[in-house]
Amino acid sequence: MAPEAASASAGNMMKTPDQDAVNEDSRSAETFQYITFTIGDEEYGVDIMAVREIKGWSEPTVLPNTPAHMRGVLNLRGEIVPIFDLRCRFDQGRTEATNIHVIVIIAIADRLAGMLVDAVSDIISIGRDDFKSVPKMDRQIDTEYLSGLATVKDRMVALLDAEKLFSMRDVENGILAGSNTPLLQQAEA
Amino acid sequence: MSGDPLEQFKATFFEECSELLADSESRLGGIRLSDGPVDIEDLNAIFRAIHSVKGGAGAFEFTDLIGFAHVFETVLDKLRNHEAETTEHVIDTMIACNDHLISLVDAARDETVTDDAVTQRLKAALNALIDGGQPAAAENLHEHVSEGVELPVPPHGNRRYKISFIPHPELFKYANEPLLLLRELAGLGTAEIVVDTSKLPTIEALDPDLSYLSWTINLLADCSEDDIREVFEFVEDDCDLTIALDEVGDAAAAQAEDAPEEPPASEPTPPDESDTGKEPAQQNVPTPAVAAAAATAPAGNKPVQAKPGGGGAQSGTVGSIRVELDRVDRLVNMVGELVITQAMLKQRIGELPADMSTGLSQGFDDLVMHTRELQESVMAVRMQPVNSVFARMPRLVRDLAAKLDKKVQLVMTGEMTEVDKTVIEQLADPLTHMIRNSLDHGIETAAERTDSGKPETATIHLIAEHRGGRIEIRVSDDGRGINRQRVQEKAIEKGVISRDDNLTDEQIDELIFAPGFSTADAVTDVSGRGVGMDVVRRNIIGLGGRISVRSEPDRGTQFTLSLPLTLAVLDGMVVAVADEKYIIPLTSIVESIRPSKKQLNRLSNGADVVSVRGNYIRLIRLYHLFGIPQATQEPDKGIVVIVEIEGGELVGVLVDDLLGQQQVVIKSLEHNYDPVSGISAATILGNGRVALILDIDGLNMMAQSKNNGSRNTNQTLAIAPPALAIAGAEKPTDHGNMEVKDGA
Repeated sequence: MAPEAASASAGNMMKTPDQDAVNEDSRSAETFQYITFTIGDEEYGVDIMAVREIKGWSEPTVLPNTPAHMRGVLNLRGEIVPIFDLRCRFDQGRTEATNIHVIVIIAIADRLAGMLVDAVSDIISIGRDDFKSVPKMDRQIDTEYLSGLATVKDRMVALLDAEKLFSMRDVENGILAGSNTPLLQQAEA
Repeated sequence: MSGDPLEQFKATFFEECSELLADSESRLGGIRLSDGPVDIEDLNAIFRAIHSVKGGAGAFEFTDLIGFAHVFETVLDKLRNHEAETTEHVIDTMIACNDHLISLVDAARDETVTDDAVTQRLKAALNALIDGGQPAAAENLHEHVSEGVELPVPPHGNRRYKISFIPHPELFKYANEPLLLLRELAGLGTAEIVVDTSKLPTIEALDPDLSYLSWTINLLADCSEDDIREVFEFVEDDCDLTIALDEVGDAAAAQAEDAPEEPPASEPTPPDESDTGKEPAQQNVPTPAVAAAAATAPAGNKPVQAKPGGGGAQSGTVGSIRVELDRVDRLVNMVGELVITQAMLKQRIGELPADMSTGLSQGFDDLVMHTRELQESVMAVRMQPVNSVFARMPRLVRDLAAKLDKKVQLVMTGEMTEVDKTVIEQLADPLTHMIRNSLDHGIETAAERTDSGKPETATIHLIAEHRGGRIEIRVSDDGRGINRQRVQEKAIEKGVISRDDNLTDEQIDELIFAPGFSTADAVTDVSGRGVGMDVVRRNIIGLGGRISVRSEPDRGTQFTLSLPLTLAVLDGMVVAVADEKYIIPLTSIVESIRPSKKQLNRLSNGADVVSVRGNYIRLIRLYHLFGIPQATQEPDKGIVVIVEIEGGELVGVLVDDLLGQQQVVIKSLEHNYDPVSGISAATILGNGRVALILDIDGLNMMAQSKNNGSRNTNQTLAIAPPALAIAGAEKPTDHGNMEVKDGA
């Protein structure tokens, strides 16, 4: 829920040792805050300004004939919000969601979307200089979805570009096919 | 909202202006299109509209606007008094002027400056019209427009009027403001205004809502008595007004000589062009000074004790109020939430033991009735006739016809059909597209038409009507129809279909909705505007609507657009398929049956049919289309909901169970996601969960393309075959019609 995020960011303002460590390294005064979450052993971060709220998992209503990582829609105070399975999005199989799984609601442009992740771990501040570019390599995620990498306490955090993550395939192309036969055939298969 | 009352009045004024001018535009368009004599009522209405704009502009001192409106008004006045002829040229000029007035209003609102050359050119055109009627008389009018400018100017009128203006005590009740009238009067010429305060009671006895003052005005001007009466047009019934002509000056002759050498267009003028005129000194008067002078001029004689407010010279009692759309929307949203809460309560009550719930249910039933009535009333507030969109179409047709050099008449039916405001907003684009399409592609040139034995003038019919709880809009033309061969070639060329595809005529027609498809040989700026019919269709489907096309070679093309009456609520049947719950719109449901095994048949192409009282109805297996496991697969164990689809055909939707009827609030799925086939929208059930509202026609298309897909693996057609392909004869539907209206 929103209060959680709020209290978390309040904690951040008090500067936990974590962030101090990060900030000391930073040569640039400008810092960016990211909420980090885990999927399996991997840690990802998303811009805190994009995060609207964090809520526990509840089973969404399935939309027919949509890609596997599209888990369905939830009612978020009257808004119908699509929920995406991030693990599945990264081709690591479907998340068997339980009560301890978490949905991170983010705003992309003027749309809301939920990301199903394993757990939310931290809020980190990253200076401009701490951004490392993503090396061109054969990773599990297409590198275009990453805005950069950062090292926090010896862990690598992959910073996601939420806008690219969801807008490119689903919102722009895939589901627009209001009466698209390929989708139907997909469903049949 | 701005706290400044003046700003609020201004906002109201601009809103009013745009409505008035839109109305006059449509009337002008109507006059332009009609062959017969001009309806004097139209002219009167246009005159009143322009006059109101001018009056309001006077209150806020938009000098550009006043100046232009005044000349415009003068021409209109001549027309309605039959002093000038309403030729095509005159109407065209007036349409152009109306357009320009709109841009002047916009400029005043946005505090920008319009192209003065246009103003001057149009003014010259208008003045030419005035001259055409009566050479000298009106020539000076346009320089008297600006109020108050006469103060530093020597008197130049040639008639002296003695006007006695004695308002009735109730004058203020009708939102009239004498100050404005006096100002306007002063604008006609040189006015000496004397106020009579004899009736003014002592301060203790004074009722601030009553008018105690009266005025005697000596007006030196060269206007007619009618011009003066026109100033008082809105208060005529609320005052004693006498106008007497004192003397006629001898300046008339000189004026007539001056007139021809005074074409306003030739003089480059500063933005405050209302000062245009013979006196060069006047041009140097900065606008603020003019404004200040105007403000003090009439008031200087005696402070007029009147309510601030009133907003302008508006007349009479009105049966309607102006409400911000925001407020209505908030109301609609709240009622929506109320309906959801109510559904939740209903569920809870149902879970109670019978002895506890009886009394509760009774009260609850009343609540349900009241909520429904409340909802209908609220929705009725937003209902508007489609006229507001239709009214723009004659203009579109006229402009396009002129551009394409075709002869077209537009016949509109059912303009007063009411739909929700939300739907109205969505209508303009598709309508414009369909009409453009008809004009550009469908309708032949006059010569071609004569050659093929058709009347020279083509006809486009624009029809709106309620049909089965939806609004249906048809655009049909009597043009050449869709050129199927060219469409097919183009589609092959663009890779939409392959050469081997064997398409029916209807399927070819439907290709015009395929993404990236445009048949215009050259991309004209008429049809080829970047967005094609595919976008139109996608938007319509997104709204839970449908669009289809039917064409006959050389006979014409008909587009049919069908949209829900409101995009806010619907009555639905909740159905279950395995664990999933869906809503079927009640308006499309005919009946629900559990078929026996005997009633089920399978056609050779694999399609299932159910025989119901001698009719064979195609079966749509929802679980199959949506890929839901663990659903009831045998129709004789589940329930077949028989629904009517576009064109009046019946199909049966196989579901597991019916869960009950419920009013649901429509929530857009597209707001955060994208359209999903077979789903028109979502809603929230009493338990807070999302349920999907089925799009029956979409399901039908899915089922058909699935059938086609299994029969013909070469099928790469990106769009589903049309519902029209299987449409039988249209029959009028009688159920569910205008449910919302009943309660209004």
